[in-house]
Amino acid sequence: MSDVKKFLYLNRRAPYGTIYALESLEVVLIGAAFEQDVSLAFVDDGVFQLTKGQNTDGIGMKNFSPTFRALGDYDVQKLFVERESLEERGLSEDDLIEVVYEDEDDDWEEKPAIRVISRAEMADVMADADVVLSF
Amino acid sequence: MKIGVLVSEGPYTHQAVDSAYKFVTAALAAGHEVPRVFFYHDGVNVASRLSVPPQDERHIQQNWTALAKEHGVDLVVCIAAAQRRGMLDANEAERQGKDANNLAEGFRISGLGQLIEMGIQTDRLVTFGD
Repeated sequence: MSDVKKFLYLNRRAPYGTIYALESLEVVLIGAAFEQDVSLAFVDDGVFQLTKGQNTDGIGMKNFSPTFRALGDYDVQKLFVERESLEERGLSEDDLIEVVYEDEDDDWEEKPAIRVISRAEMADVMADADVVLSF
Repeated sequence: MKIGVLVSEGPYTHQAVDSAYKFVTAALAAGHEVPRVFFYHDGVNVASRLSVPPQDERHIQQNWTALAKEHGVDLVVCIAAAQRRGMLDANEAERQGKDANNLAEGFRISGLGQLIEMGIQTDRLVTFGD
């Protein structure tokens, strides 16, 4: 495919309670086959999607958080998390799962895909995207 | 301009699909191209031909079907979202061993790749949702 666009998947909602987070991840996985420049952003309650130790036994839903850890295998290398959203919810980077990707430009070294950035930087990430899919 | 449209909320519950319809109608009237509208999440329920709203209300599905017929807009319903919510075309109903199908004329069921492709091929992707 000749024309590569910057796709930004904007995740704003908690992982459970509504289906948006799960169906967002389904788009990301399918979209990975199109070899576009893909970023994921997590703001507001969306930051809960990446928290460690999720247990959905009590609600009859599949815990899909392990799928995020596989995103590196799909060549998804940029997961931006908004610092203010974390702080407003009493969370820090330590509460988040680890997602890594192999950097082909650096001898396939494993590098963290999650980058905690400020709200102002998040605005720049959004402005820089060609296509924003908001969930 | 070439505009792709994503509808991500359900009919009658939410205004998104009505706003999308008015937007597409206005965009076409202004001379823009709207090659495809993609229905996701509860938006897939727009495509049910079994919807029977009261006679003094707008008929959302029939309006979209007429729009597709008149302007050749490709109305695509996400297959994964559709199957969860009981939205099947004749082929899928047979494949899944179901005794009925409910996809309205003018709509087709396909994969999420159609959404990504729309994002690649259009100048703007406009989302109507929550």
